[in-house]
Amino acid sequence: MKKNASSLFFSLVLAGGAVQAETVFVTLEKDNALAVVDPVEGKLIKTVPIGQRPRGIAISPDNKFLYIATSDDNVIKIIDAETLKEVGKLPSGDDPETFALNPEGNRIYVSNEDDSMVTAIDIARKKAVKQIKVGVEPEGITVSPDNHWLISTSETTNMVHWIDTKTNTIVENTLVDPRPRAAGFTADSQQLWVTSEMAGTLMILDAKTKQIVKTVKFEISGVTADKIQPVGVVIDKDRARAYVALGPANRVAVINAKTFEVERYLLVGQRVWNLAFSPDQKRLYTTNGISNDISIIDLESQTVTKSVGVGNYPWGVAVKP
Amino acid sequence: MRSIRLAAWAIAHLLIFIQLPGVEPVYAKAKAKQVINIAYLTQEQNVPPPLSNLDPFIQNKGIIGAELGIDDNNTTGAFTGQQFNLKKFIVPLAGNVADTFNKELAGKFQYVVLNLPADQVNQLADLPATKSMLLFDVATVDDALRNEQCRSNVLHILPSRAMRADALAQYMMKKRWTQWFLVLGPAPEDHLFADAIKRAAKRFGMKIVAEKTWEHTFDARRTAQSDVAVFTQVDDYDVLVVADEQGQFGEYLDYRTWIPRPVIGTQGLIATSWHRTHEQWGAVQIQNRFKEKAGRWMEEQDYAAYLAARAIGETAARTKSADASQVKNYILSDAFALQGYKGNPLSFRSWDGQLRQPVLLAAPRSLVAVAPIEGFLHPKTELDTLGYDQPETQCKWDK
Repeated sequence: MKKNASSLFFSLVLAGGAVQAETVFVTLEKDNALAVVDPVEGKLIKTVPIGQRPRGIAISPDNKFLYIATSDDNVIKIIDAETLKEVGKLPSGDDPETFALNPEGNRIYVSNEDDSMVTAIDIARKKAVKQIKVGVEPEGITVSPDNHWLISTSETTNMVHWIDTKTNTIVENTLVDPRPRAAGFTADSQQLWVTSEMAGTLMILDAKTKQIVKTVKFEISGVTADKIQPVGVVIDKDRARAYVALGPANRVAVINAKTFEVERYLLVGQRVWNLAFSPDQKRLYTTNGISNDISIIDLESQTVTKSVGVGNYPWGVAVKP
Repeated sequence: MRSIRLAAWAIAHLLIFIQLPGVEPVYAKAKAKQVINIAYLTQEQNVPPPLSNLDPFIQNKGIIGAELGIDDNNTTGAFTGQQFNLKKFIVPLAGNVADTFNKELAGKFQYVVLNLPADQVNQLADLPATKSMLLFDVATVDDALRNEQCRSNVLHILPSRAMRADALAQYMMKKRWTQWFLVLGPAPEDHLFADAIKRAAKRFGMKIVAEKTWEHTFDARRTAQSDVAVFTQVDDYDVLVVADEQGQFGEYLDYRTWIPRPVIGTQGLIATSWHRTHEQWGAVQIQNRFKEKAGRWMEEQDYAAYLAARAIGETAARTKSADASQVKNYILSDAFALQGYKGNPLSFRSWDGQLRQPVLLAAPRSLVAVAPIEGFLHPKTELDTLGYDQPETQCKWDK
């Protein structure tokens, strides 16, 4: 309650003064570049070369650094979020694609798809400190907000691995629907939401029992089931709504995060993969790989307000306040 | 006091770092393992006369795929407490497959991956010892084995000739290349492929405007230079469809026809379950893993053997069972969904044991399309627009 009041106060202050627009960063897999977008103006500000085949992207909790997996360079680059200059490299292992930052921002966990490993990297020391053997083709990776769990999903083993961040060992495995892609925790760390690309489903797992408590099947009239390939998933802070990118179905599903009902499907660009909230969670940004743009969704009105052309194969998205 | 604590802290951290390079994977819980044994049975093959020196003959097609599938199963098995073992039986050229089967496999295995010709598959399937087994055919493409000669203990992984011909026909229909010139070789397999082409033509409204059997030599130099141009002087057509499964002359048709027309079928644009040009839907990952293991590209039989092993692994993980009858029930159920790096989940047709799957349409160095082609609709799954659908099947088995 207190938190809500303060964030309301914060947004009022913002509304009163000059609007301080956030910056949206988008990795462009085929352009070897990073697109910088002003989402309020709905404009591409600039595109900067960033390295070979950039995919995964995250911003440090203090918003000072961007971490970008440049897959064909086999590193994760550390980029100054202000100057966009490279300030360091992290030893990610071969072909890094997806990774996750811990809440403190001092560890990065990388999925090494070809080696069936997750590598834990100490950011300050720029060193790999642990390799954890997981299932075949690890893909989705996330850390719970309470920093208790590191989650790795393996696409061919069809499992969610629960890794204790203190010991860096797997404590439990949950068998899920085929080809699990992305995983995301609710803000209270109580639930883990996991998408299955092949089954076209979203599964909600209880973090205590590690069991699936609900499976949501996406169905859209006029779109065949095999086009519905859920990928990115985000849940808002209040656990009111969650959003799932449905890949080649070109839609984002809006889900009531309490009843798990699908409220609507929002038509966005082609092959929508990854999602990010604006810091105030009033907007959602989507990367659309084939239509080469991002869609901006206004979450109050639940409508797609804009699409901004960014470059070839937009993949990952991160937002700086 | 403080310095001692600090030293202990330092040592503890040092140990963590020292251990790093050879870290042993730590698995959840050590339980008694459930062991699942899978046999792989094949026979040595005569090296066929080479068409050219381009592609070396691969003697071990299939085996490495099965091994990769077992590797993947065991990675999963490490978490589910299941251990998968592969035992390979390679019958010598002069050996007798049924004898080897009765002596080495009967009563010892519930799951057998067969990389054998059609007649041998059914010979084995009819042995009393195989009644309680589940046989995975990773080599045949015969429609007869999936229809009137079907056996209830056999699952077929590779797309049948009919599925391949339908895939080609769907793409030709999309391109509106509807007038076909069918050229077939003298081998019985070529006639079977031609039959599948004729069936597909009828299903998708294509017209076979000319049909000829190749009766010239199979000598590359002569064939290429003169015979093809003369041979292909027929009434106008849109595409030349070649049926030459052994690859004895088909490669020489392209660019040498009398009028400029593309070649499709067993050469030119081919219909296949797997191809080196395929990279979508995570395929790059398995192409890389296979190449690292085998030192060569993954062939169709490798892909099929991989899927056979994975089908057993996936089912065992889901059912927590090693029992063949339970596994079979699950495999043929609607719940079964296998990730096969082709977009759609793969499953088996309950009426003939055929693996339901997308079919790739590939040119030598580029993936042209993936069938089912968009727009070909089916009330249940568009994958069933390829091959013999349930109402057409002539397979009658008691499950």
